[in-house]
Amino acid sequence: MAIKKFSILTSACIPLPAENVDTDQIIPARFLKATSREGFGENLFRDWRYDKNNQPVKNFVLNNPEYSGKILVAGKNFGSGSSREHAAWAIFDYGFRVVVSSFFADIFKNNAMNNGLLPVQVSETFLRNIFSEIEKDAATPLQINLEKQETKLLSTGESETFEINTYKKLCFLNGYDDIDFLLSKKDKIVAFEEKRGS
Amino acid sequence: MKPKTLFDKIWDSHVVDSISDGPDVLYIDRQYIHEVTSPQAFTGLRKRGIRLFRPERTLATADHNIPTLHQELPIREELSRIQVQTLSDNCKEFGVELYGLGHPYNGIVHVIGAEMGFTQPGMTIVCGDSHTSTHGAFGSIAFGIGTSEVEMVFASQCVLQPKPKKMQINIDGKLGKGVSAKDIILYIISQISASGATGYFVEFAGSTIRSLSMEARMTVCNMSIEMGARGGLIAPDETTFNYLKGREFVPKGADWNRAMEKWQTLKSDTDAAFDKELFFRAGDIKPMITYGTNPGMGVPIDGCVPQLDEIPVEQQESFKKALKYMGFEPGMKLEGHPIDYVFLGSCTNGRIEDIRAFASLVKGKKKAENVTAWIVPGSKHVEKQACDEGLVDILEKAGFAFRQPGCSACLAMNEDKIPAGKYSVSTSNRNFEGRQGPGARTLLASPLTAAAAAITGKLINPADLI
Repeated sequence: MAIKKFSILTSACIPLPAENVDTDQIIPARFLKATSREGFGENLFRDWRYDKNNQPVKNFVLNNPEYSGKILVAGKNFGSGSSREHAAWAIFDYGFRVVVSSFFADIFKNNAMNNGLLPVQVSETFLRNIFSEIEKDAATPLQINLEKQETKLLSTGESETFEINTYKKLCFLNGYDDIDFLLSKKDKIVAFEEKRGS
Repeated sequence: MKPKTLFDKIWDSHVVDSISDGPDVLYIDRQYIHEVTSPQAFTGLRKRGIRLFRPERTLATADHNIPTLHQELPIREELSRIQVQTLSDNCKEFGVELYGLGHPYNGIVHVIGAEMGFTQPGMTIVCGDSHTSTHGAFGSIAFGIGTSEVEMVFASQCVLQPKPKKMQINIDGKLGKGVSAKDIILYIISQISASGATGYFVEFAGSTIRSLSMEARMTVCNMSIEMGARGGLIAPDETTFNYLKGREFVPKGADWNRAMEKWQTLKSDTDAAFDKELFFRAGDIKPMITYGTNPGMGVPIDGCVPQLDEIPVEQQESFKKALKYMGFEPGMKLEGHPIDYVFLGSCTNGRIEDIRAFASLVKGKKKAENVTAWIVPGSKHVEKQACDEGLVDILEKAGFAFRQPGCSACLAMNEDKIPAGKYSVSTSNRNFEGRQGPGARTLLASPLTAAAAAITGKLINPADLI
């Protein structure tokens, strides 16, 4: 399954300034019982989004009609904890295409990239500025340009470059999938096995 | 030759190919799978019309989403029943060995992998579960992966991974009374934070680590992920080899000798360079307890919740939010605080030594009336051993119920959920909001500390009861 192509996105943001947002908050374990990849967006941030009577929690950002957009801007150390890929599926399924944070947990970062959800790491200062621009204007547009590896606040013109390895960048730009790549390496893999005698 | 770390030796010998400015194609010796993170990977294979490339290198178990009572009956909850059945169907269709529910080898994936000897030194090991780091205790590179990567391993026996940086954590000296492996790792995480090792693979070393049993080493490596590390490993030694000898999948006879020759070379060279080195003294470690909502928020059990001004300004909001969730105040003393639930189990502390430790403290005493306790063995094998050793008898006489193996209240995917607002002293690995059930308040601790809480009904230093 190829991932969705991505090159440039200009969108308003949904701010979630909490730090250490772990994958149990993104999608609690009790919602991991499905055997397909679809539909997890419904339970994204379930226990912050709904109260115990399943009523929307008014002051949670996903329930605030003022905010919308395809970019989730989150506090430091986003996606820590469990390896559940359901966290990346839930964020993507909800409609996000980019998560911006000053720091990502390793497994989450891999999972996001394997699903066409771009994790964009920015400096803590830039992250603070993004949050403060969103606070001034909920609709403030952020531009993510993958080709130039640049994040830009259009309101102030402030920008910063982000890192992504060339391989993953090509995957996003062209919608390539890791498994196709690995299958194309079969001869090398077999040769490796033979050489080490297993 | 340039001195190499143990991590480099294993990693470099598994690189099939390197992508320039990209990840390595890393060969995987062993994959473990379970019912929750594998179904979508099997679906992917089906969509592509391909089979498992090396099915004999994968082992399956049902553990995350199974009941811990009445496993002989059909699973009551429909979605869980379907998920477990899907694993059985997939394993059958694709030729994967499955230790399903009721099988004498069934258990938590990271408990059975070690006790079966499927995990061995020098291997690369993955599983769609972050606590795969447990297997690093045997001197292997073991790490958690997502479902897309499970599918990669199914399809090619490889994953694409950027090589992480290397950290060595040294702990030297003798542990104090009532202090165990769980306290070591909770202490380290409290010192370096829940993201202090993100981007790194950690080698644990030093005299304290060398003195630990294999099961204790597994507890330490298990929680490497809780400081953000990709994984943790410990060089194999006589303790490792003695543990492995004779286990189901371990080489026998002449093959054992050949394996040993290789295994004995598995250590970091003197002067091998790490990107970061940390040093701790065992004597500084006391029985630990967490007070907050990530595993880095831990203190000695006879200590206090930090004051607000001890927390860096940018983390104060998270700190306040965590304390509000936990119902704690800054600066408050934790010892003596009443608790409601005790959970002994999980891939962190669900092995026989953990049950022995718990039983040793509750022997001849009674469970406190205000406490509900769940004692959940990590595997069928542990369950049987606990019976054979008379531990179940000791526990039952003290008023504790012994359940059937599974992940249980560690992630509360099944019915073993801690009710909202209740305090749970848990030997598991995560104290995230809602981890043990919506609104549940988790305090991570060692089996000894959990036992002390279970018989007194409050937080207490286990050293006072030994």
